[in-house]
Amino acid sequence: MSTAATTRPGDEVVIHRVVEKPMSTRRRVGIGVAISVLGLLSLLLGHNAQAHDARFDLSQGSEFFHVPDLVLPVAATAYVIGIILLAVGAYQAVRGFRPRGLRIAGTGIGALFMLAFLSWAASGGKGSTIDLLGVLENTLALAAPLILGALAGVLCERSGVINVAIEGQMLAGAWAGAMFGTLMGRFGGVLTALVAGALMGWLLAVFAIRYLVNQVVLGVVLNALSLGLTGFIYDAIMQPNANTMNTPQVFQPLQIPVLSKLPLVGPLIFDQNIIVYLMYALVILIQWGLFHSRWGLRTRAVGEHPKAADTVGINVLRVRYVNVILGGAIAGLGGAFMTLGSVGSFTKGITSGNGFIALAALIFGRWSPKGAVAASLLFGFAYELQTLLSLVAPPVAIPSYFLAMLPYLATIFAVAGLVGKVRAPGADGEPYVKE
Amino acid sequence: MKLELRGITKRFGSFTANDAIDLVVEPGEIHALLGENGAGKSTLMNVLYGLYHPDGGEILIDDKVVSFAGPADAMAAGIGMVHQHFMLVPVFTVAENVELGHEQTKGFGILDAAKARREVTEVSARYGLSVPPDALIQDLPVGVQQRVEIVKALIRNAKVLILDEPTAVLTPQETDELMEVMRTLKASGTSIVFITHKLREVRAVADRITVIRRGKVVGEASPNSSSAELASLMVGRPVQLTIEKAAHEPGDVIAEVDNVRIVDDAGQVVVDDVSFDVHAGEIYALAGVQGNGQTELTEAIIGLRPLDGGRITLSGRDITDSDVHDILRADLGYVPEDRLHDGLIGSFTVAENLVLDRYDSAEFSKGPSLDVGRIAANARQRVEEFDVRTQSVDAPGSTLSGGNQQKLVLARELSRPLKLLIVAQPTRGVDVGSTEFIHRRIVAERDGGAAVVLVSTELDEVLGLADRIGVMYRGKIIGEVPAGTSAETIGLLMAGTVPDDLPARLRDPGATATGSRTTVRTEEPL
Ligand SMILES: Nc1ncnc2c1ncn2[C@@H]1O[C@H](COP(=O)(O)OP(=O)(O)O)[C@@H](O)[C@H]1O
Ligand SMILES: [Mg+2]
Repeated sequence: MSTAATTRPGDEVVIHRVVEKPMSTRRRVGIGVAISVLGLLSLLLGHNAQAHDARFDLSQGSEFFHVPDLVLPVAATAYVIGIILLAVGAYQAVRGFRPRGLRIAGTGIGALFMLAFLSWAASGGKGSTIDLLGVLENTLALAAPLILGALAGVLCERSGVINVAIEGQMLAGAWAGAMFGTLMGRFGGVLTALVAGALMGWLLAVFAIRYLVNQVVLGVVLNALSLGLTGFIYDAIMQPNANTMNTPQVFQPLQIPVLSKLPLVGPLIFDQNIIVYLMYALVILIQWGLFHSRWGLRTRAVGEHPKAADTVGINVLRVRYVNVILGGAIAGLGGAFMTLGSVGSFTKGITSGNGFIALAALIFGRWSPKGAVAASLLFGFAYELQTLLSLVAPPVAIPSYFLAMLPYLATIFAVAGLVGKVRAPGADGEPYVKE
Repeated sequence: MKLELRGITKRFGSFTANDAIDLVVEPGEIHALLGENGAGKSTLMNVLYGLYHPDGGEILIDDKVVSFAGPADAMAAGIGMVHQHFMLVPVFTVAENVELGHEQTKGFGILDAAKARREVTEVSARYGLSVPPDALIQDLPVGVQQRVEIVKALIRNAKVLILDEPTAVLTPQETDELMEVMRTLKASGTSIVFITHKLREVRAVADRITVIRRGKVVGEASPNSSSAELASLMVGRPVQLTIEKAAHEPGDVIAEVDNVRIVDDAGQVVVDDVSFDVHAGEIYALAGVQGNGQTELTEAIIGLRPLDGGRITLSGRDITDSDVHDILRADLGYVPEDRLHDGLIGSFTVAENLVLDRYDSAEFSKGPSLDVGRIAANARQRVEEFDVRTQSVDAPGSTLSGGNQQKLVLARELSRPLKLLIVAQPTRGVDVGSTEFIHRRIVAERDGGAAVVLVSTELDEVLGLADRIGVMYRGKIIGEVPAGTSAETIGLLMAGTVPDDLPARLRDPGATATGSRTTVRTEEPL
């Protein structure tokens, strides 16, 4: 487009020269050292291996063709990986990756180290087979509530309301799913879980948006409320009448024709229960809608600069209400997944911190649905690793309390170390007041 | 479209910001609304735009009474507004910002990005307002952002366009361009309400002028009136438009800034190898449009921001890595540009704010406790000396008006002998009376032998006060010129053009010092 014949000063677009701000030397070397330590650890694992081979099972049996087991020579694998990591660590310490490169390298480093670690773990005694496909399936199952919780966070925080109450919303959903799922059938359970979550979301919305209560404090209070209320109902009604009140039918996996027969991805992705399929749909819908729909544009505008949205005639408070209530419902679905999708009954505090880890996944995933999915999968894997290691008997026994720490350790490292500086939506947590 | 405001009254608590204001905007005219900071201009326009609900009075469009529940109604009625503080989402693209609230969709709420882009391009072509539809707002200079705001209003078919202090953020050249745009719009039948407190602009472009003072209309004026007439109408008494100061006698070099380089968190070089020095008894002005590195540079000098390169010395002492406390002890005074945020603590009293930097000195403390008596006595004396209008020295700082807050900050900083005084935007949002006072105090400080660094985006202020002027553009001092240089030349420098007639030695002192020039990445114009 060129209406103005001459270029005018204002036509030049970029104000400042953009350079890569050099990472501070301390940080650069620190990260390099951390990678090298992982490398040394790999070498150590290789040295410590007992059985010669580690065997990974990658098929379920129902696929179109059988995927052969992956058999790795443990020591060699760990040594090679150790050397690669040492080299990468040295490069990082001396030259340093650019931020984007570091993120990619970080993912690769994590995956390689895990491979070395699992090979070692499977090499105890005469060696055991790790059902890798099963591990991944479990990872997804553990990540599903996290993903739903984080999606709830995306909706709320993208519209400018901090949601620390994900845990409470999930708990309400888990409870409603179990109790009403028993009374009204499992679909009724899902529906009531959505409503229960939405009600919790509505409480958050009213106090945060209308009464301008500090949103973090409010979230903590709502979590306590949810824990107390569901705990009380459990003690008073559900536990004494467990058979009639707390035995919902669990959703069984539904195989998608053809797709579920694909090797690897088939059993992993297309042989899941209905709540997981719903979750896929929500992830795709929210990821796409946030950037390509009117709803998404307005939601982001309200979360970034509510006054700007107001001056073009958008009802800021309504957009926030809608998103916070929808978010609550999605967190409720996450709770229902726990009772109706896996466990099959409600117990007090069944969400056990999942809502908070979902919050971490939201931040680690930089407030984007796809980022939140990746982060949730990472955290889900950390949980699964804990179970796995107690099953395979690695060459050196790892104390169980250390294993129990894994998911939280992963969370802390991820949020504190890898994320670096992230930018929350501009008006996240700021109530909007007219005049 | 004819627009009429009748008896509009707007109160904030007990304070009346608009008092029975009448205003008629005829179709196709440029109507200037002239008034001092705090006169109530923005409030009136926010009422018109449906953002505030008036406590009295009515709005008429084509002689029919209308009422606006919100901006959506006002826009539907053909009113568009470019706010004093732009209402743009920084992380959105131009097209997204323009579309927001009246999105082009393919149905089912699915955005039609191509159509949106086309619409933006069309409107911007029609009025000669070139904007890049896919650029992020945060990457655009304010002049372009302003055009986006105008496009945003025009795309909604605004028949009356309100421009609230549109020139405050522009270079003189950009201001001229804006006036050209205003004339184009007028020719196409759009009426414009042009809000400003700058007299030159009003006289250049307005068809009619309404002057507001303390929330009341105090008169109409013709664009042919002299600046002095307009100024006295605006302020309510005759004002002195020029700053009196004696010729300066520079002494030794006090402060030296040597190849300073600052990179912000996003990796942008905001200060790019800047070097300059300031002598005792001299006012060195850092001129330039907002956002060209002045803020970061001053913050670096007083130790609020780490350098990514270079050195700063004060009286021969290297203060590059000193902390703020030590730098203040080295007799440096600092009046920050955002006085409410950085200059004082709103909830602290006037007296407390006056000793923020010295509460722990022997003068104001008794062992571990504060000497409340001395602090109060000090406050009474300063308030008197600097003519700070406050109910008492125990009133919270936030209750003072802008001008008095600024005098409060100045009173604190000037209450100890200084070697170097840094003042940033000393008169932004300050009434004319306080402006005169503040300017006199700055000159007095210079005459007392201090070196002064003045950061200002107001060309008149720079020309009036400075003994030497460095113009910042994109993080560099692209030209250093003596006092008395024409506004035209400085305007060009502010826009990034080094005039050919500028003697070579005055150009780009930063670059000559390092012997290198860095290239600036510019994106293709549209
Ligand atoms: N939201 C508000 N609450 C209280 N006082 C306000 C508010 N907005 C403006 N004011 C006061 O009203 C007066 C007029 O402000 P404004 O209309 O912004 O002035 P102008 O635009 O003419 O500089 C000022 O004294 C200001 O402090
Ligand atoms: Mg104003």
